[in-house]
Amino acid sequence: MGKLYDRLAQDYRVKEGLRACINCGTCSAICPAAEFYKYDPKTIMNIVQTRDDAQIEELLKGDQIWYCGECLSCVTRCPRKNAPGLVIMALRSMSIDMGYFIESEKGRQQLPLTRRMQNNILNYGYCVYPRTFHYKDHPEYGTVGKWINENMEAVYERLGAHLDQIGPGALRKIPQESLDELKAIFDVTGATHRMEVVEEASKKMAEKMGMTLEEYEQQAFDETSQEHLNL
Amino acid sequence: MIFQGKQKIWSEYQKDIPEDHYFYVRSCIRQSFFPASEKTFLDIVKGELGKDFFETPHHTTCGGIAYHAEAVPQETMMTIIARQFALMTENGYENYVCSCITSFGLYTEVMEDWREFPELEAKIRENLWKATKREFKVPKYLAHASDIIYKFRNEIAERAKFRLVNHKTGAPLKVVEHIGCHYSKMFPSKGVGGAEYPYVLAGMIESWGGEVIDYPERRHCCGFGFRQYLVKANRGYSMSNTYKKFESMEPFEPDMIITNCPGCPYFLDRWQYVIAEQTGKTYGKDGYGIPVFTYEEVAGLVLGYDPWDLGLQTHQVAVEPLLDKMGVPYKPEEKYKGVGGKVIVPPEFPMNIKCC
Ligand code: SF4
Ligand code: SF4
Repeated sequence: MGKLYDRLAQDYRVKEGLRACINCGTCSAICPAAEFYKYDPKTIMNIVQTRDDAQIEELLKGDQIWYCGECLSCVTRCPRKNAPGLVIMALRSMSIDMGYFIESEKGRQQLPLTRRMQNNILNYGYCVYPRTFHYKDHPEYGTVGKWINENMEAVYERLGAHLDQIGPGALRKIPQESLDELKAIFDVTGATHRMEVVEEASKKMAEKMGMTLEEYEQQAFDETSQEHLNL
Repeated sequence: MIFQGKQKIWSEYQKDIPEDHYFYVRSCIRQSFFPASEKTFLDIVKGELGKDFFETPHHTTCGGIAYHAEAVPQETMMTIIARQFALMTENGYENYVCSCITSFGLYTEVMEDWREFPELEAKIRENLWKATKREFKVPKYLAHASDIIYKFRNEIAERAKFRLVNHKTGAPLKVVEHIGCHYSKMFPSKGVGGAEYPYVLAGMIESWGGEVIDYPERRHCCGFGFRQYLVKANRGYSMSNTYKKFESMEPFEPDMIITNCPGCPYFLDRWQYVIAEQTGKTYGKDGYGIPVFTYEEVAGLVLGYDPWDLGLQTHQVAVEPLLDKMGVPYKPEEKYKGVGGKVIVPPEFPMNIKCC
């Protein structure tokens, strides 16, 4: 039994998501990520249940754990009622907490993700919000998306939304006291700490890679190697 | 009614959905991409059906997308959810309805986790008290907004101005339904029809005159995948899932797609556009795609609401072929106008796929 496993086993998602895995491969057969990436949830489940720290550490530092789409299709199908998707979430959290995420290309995406998501929540109270959803980052938003971006007030008004307005309604301005409560929740429950860990580890890695943190963030957001793909 | 085959299996997975008095929380994605759908939902349940759905401006994101992108820890997401429950409790409600499948999946999971691990619930209560001095009761009943439309599908059918029927030939329209993974894949008993035969959208389609298409990749993910879409470098994952679904449904020649989750209609609509622009391929006839709708938009069309009030102009794939089949009247010149006919410069048109 290993120390990394012991720590992982404290996570409720492992308590709930990994009983005895019989390595049947049903999860891998149903998994959309396994079709697209060089990814195999069955193997990950097996590594975790063998409690081998060396292999677990390799997972935490590698790209594989970042391939899952968290669709949880595997949960429906597993004959043992396991949840590979939940075990992946626990591995990812541990990889971030231990600063291992910067060792892999897909793990390094945690900087743009954490910055963008946390800023949206703390500044606006939404995970996704029109004022920070830009066509230039999302060309697939399409010509209509570009039109919405460029005519935001008029379009949302036409759709009956309450963009930036006080009171209830879609896209209302969430009152400052509610945003303050979210910030307090972030402080108490570890989200603020997570941002600090991600920033600090990313900064070190950016230096090591000879980039500014902004260049590092942009590269993590934009670039991917073909090696991940299950071609 | 005598049910046979799959209909029989579907009919066996029912859940009792309370009639009235709900605490309503919105979806970040639905508000951003389909705000008119949430308006339509409230217009139907409050305006048409006279039900009590209460919304407070103080509710926020559930944190679900950030959580599934690993941008916040599990405890943060659970404590934000606890705060939402506190708002429900303070406002005197016990039934909780959310407009998002990611939220619905998380609320379900959180409530199950707290039942299984009471010490976790205690920890979250402590967190919430420390951060906000609030306390909460767990909802007596959790619904997704589509469960409510499903429950009242026959009342909507009774008021129908248009049906999911080709108004010229009388033939039922062929409809693809897409449930969204987190509705029932994790906790099948919590969704109408379970994970195998989800009936929440199929029930609406049948009640409004359409015919449900069963195709091989019916239960496949739309491809959101959270970080697999949010990060530009990963979006091939997202698009290839949508592609797989469209290739699978194409031979069945669907007239339309109805979706449950707020994200899925966005992906199924926008990736059709990208596939067309990159490869020239469209899945409808004559350069059109297959129009994709939220269930609120479809309910609104059935009830005779104006297509542009429903927000159908924000779709990239043209909805007009479907409106023509249903016989829904619309004014093309009004499509891209603002409130009171205010002129807005219309969007550019894509190269390979028609958007009106
Ligand atoms: S489906 Fe379940 S039992 Fe089979 S390999 Fe996957 S996790 Fe293990
Ligand atoms: S949750 Fe992850 S491992 Fe499970 S089926 Fe979805 S992508 Fe695959």
